[in-house]
Amino acid sequence: MRTAMAIAPDGARNAADLRDPASFDHVGRDAGATFAAGGVLADLADHDSRIVVGCADLTYVTRLATFGARHPDRFLYYGISERNMIGAAAGLATTGLIPYVCTFACFSAILGYENFRTDLAYPRLPVRVLGTHAGISMGFFGTSHHATEDIAALRAVANLTVLSPCDPVATEALLRGTVDHDGPIYFRVGRGRETAVYQTVDQLRLDRPTVLARGDDVLLVATGVMVQECLAAAEALRADGIGASVLDVHTLKPFPGEAVAELAAAHRAVVTVEEHTVEGGLGTMTVEALAAAGVATPVHKHGLRDEYALVGPPTHLYRYYGLSGDGIATVARRLLDRKSPTPLVADPLWTDQDRADVYARLGVPR
Amino acid sequence: MTEVLAADRDVVSMLQDRSVEMRLANLRLVETAGSGHYGPCFSCMEIMVSLYYGLLRVRPDEPAWPDRDRFVLGKGHACSALYPILADLGFFPDARLETFTRLGSMLGDHPDMRKIPGIDFSSGSLGHGLSIGTGMADGVRLAGRDSRVVVLLGDGELNEGQVWEAAAYASHRGLSNLLAIVDANKVSVDGATADLLSFEPIDRRFAAFGWVAQRVDGHSHTALLAAYREFDDRRAAEPDGPPTVLVADTVAGKGIDFIEGMAEWHVGYLGGVDRERAIASIRRMFTNESQEDR
Repeated sequence: MRTAMAIAPDGARNAADLRDPASFDHVGRDAGATFAAGGVLADLADHDSRIVVGCADLTYVTRLATFGARHPDRFLYYGISERNMIGAAAGLATTGLIPYVCTFACFSAILGYENFRTDLAYPRLPVRVLGTHAGISMGFFGTSHHATEDIAALRAVANLTVLSPCDPVATEALLRGTVDHDGPIYFRVGRGRETAVYQTVDQLRLDRPTVLARGDDVLLVATGVMVQECLAAAEALRADGIGASVLDVHTLKPFPGEAVAELAAAHRAVVTVEEHTVEGGLGTMTVEALAAAGVATPVHKHGLRDEYALVGPPTHLYRYYGLSGDGIATVARRLLDRKSPTPLVADPLWTDQDRADVYARLGVPR
Repeated sequence: MTEVLAADRDVVSMLQDRSVEMRLANLRLVETAGSGHYGPCFSCMEIMVSLYYGLLRVRPDEPAWPDRDRFVLGKGHACSALYPILADLGFFPDARLETFTRLGSMLGDHPDMRKIPGIDFSSGSLGHGLSIGTGMADGVRLAGRDSRVVVLLGDGELNEGQVWEAAAYASHRGLSNLLAIVDANKVSVDGATADLLSFEPIDRRFAAFGWVAQRVDGHSHTALLAAYREFDDRRAAEPDGPPTVLVADTVAGKGIDFIEGMAEWHVGYLGGVDRERAIASIRRMFTNESQEDR
């Protein structure tokens, strides 16, 4: 068999002769990002011959090159053919292997959706698909490179597990803890610029969401990189004398509804925060869980509305959509201030005017 | 005539008998459902029979035997041609055939690997099978197994772009243990593939993708067995060589003379006297061809 793309043992790539400090190539662009999967899987594969990794042209960007360099015989390369890669992974899994295939979330979950359903979930095969750069973290690359529908779409797929680590330690914990899981898994991963939330892997329990901050007033339910923003929001609220709890829902499917509802019952209000449409994602699952448990704590689903995101630098987009710490804190205050709120506060608490104010500071002239 | 050729003649004769029996078994199966894929099942009956009685190494009492050859029915809608074969080989009792398509049956009109012993992959959505097969071919080789992987595709299925993603991968990778067979029955649901969206010359298109491509008469057991033998010779001689595709020229509904070649018989039902006519037509199969084979 011809081996896959040749990766230097140290993962190094060609370097051009750049003279200006502002210049950068793909190596420079990717520098500083932290993706745990390549190294974790390479370590696991040192002792587990079932593990194979497949990539589709984003090997260096996603740091799976680390695996390819250490285990070239178990690194499979598919070129820019994501659906074929997912199908091939299913075939590999039927022979007793545990394939991990990786590309951006928009090209795994969105482009490959039917392959998820038909090739992985229907036959319940132990394939793991990593979708990196989820949500709007690709920023100015635009809607084709955003994935703001993947949670809603994939929660509808039976047999599938959906995991959403917020940082590299959480990624490692979830990868290590699910090697022997009997079924397919989607890992929803950020763009590798996440600040650390967890210090050690044992701070994350697979069987329950993680309470990362405690306060009596509002519960901030978050997933993925919104966990960091919610922790920042909790700090801001504390300065105002408002107690906020932050819950990291690292496992979206199966959804830990009872744990979420139990915690919600102990607060005056709940804000769900997701880098995703509020139609069918974390917020929807939370509302359903509270209704099922008979918990009447008012909930607001914060995230993207039924819309595509603007183009812009990721940090500017987060501010524009109220998904930065300050924006989330504002939304929480407004929910707590609401007189006789309904169980689901559906009107946007981060308003068009809020967006316009951010735009006036950061946006280009209309 | 040498002894080897005489033995081959006996094998071909046996396979022809099986092909007739399995067509008749398919008619019985379809009676339960009241609907059948006559066209696409009968076009590939010789292919399936020659594979299961003449090539594939499988263990009906141990369906998950790791060293088995794999078969992926890309054109999953032909599963009712396969079910009677699997039952005959002993993968499951004949009585199960009588449950075909009924509420809760393991036997739907597209196959489910989690329910049916002997089915290596679930199928029904066209364009996936060859990708699955490349994964299997890689997997068995990484495990050091000698298994063959055979994928059966329809010619209409070649419209799906994913087939060509998999075709590119398989040749680039050197998956000599992968055998694709295209059941080129020349029709899909809407009509003649040549009119709708032609992929001819199929063999040359695969060859351009780096495959060993060969056209065969898909209703000739002699031709199919010879092609399988050449495939085995090649993969033995060149383990990292190219994959093989057999473009099997076939006739939709082959054996039922009054529906042969008709796109209108992708799905249908033959009842009463038409069923009797179909049985009589099927029984006449090979009465001339078997002479030609000799």
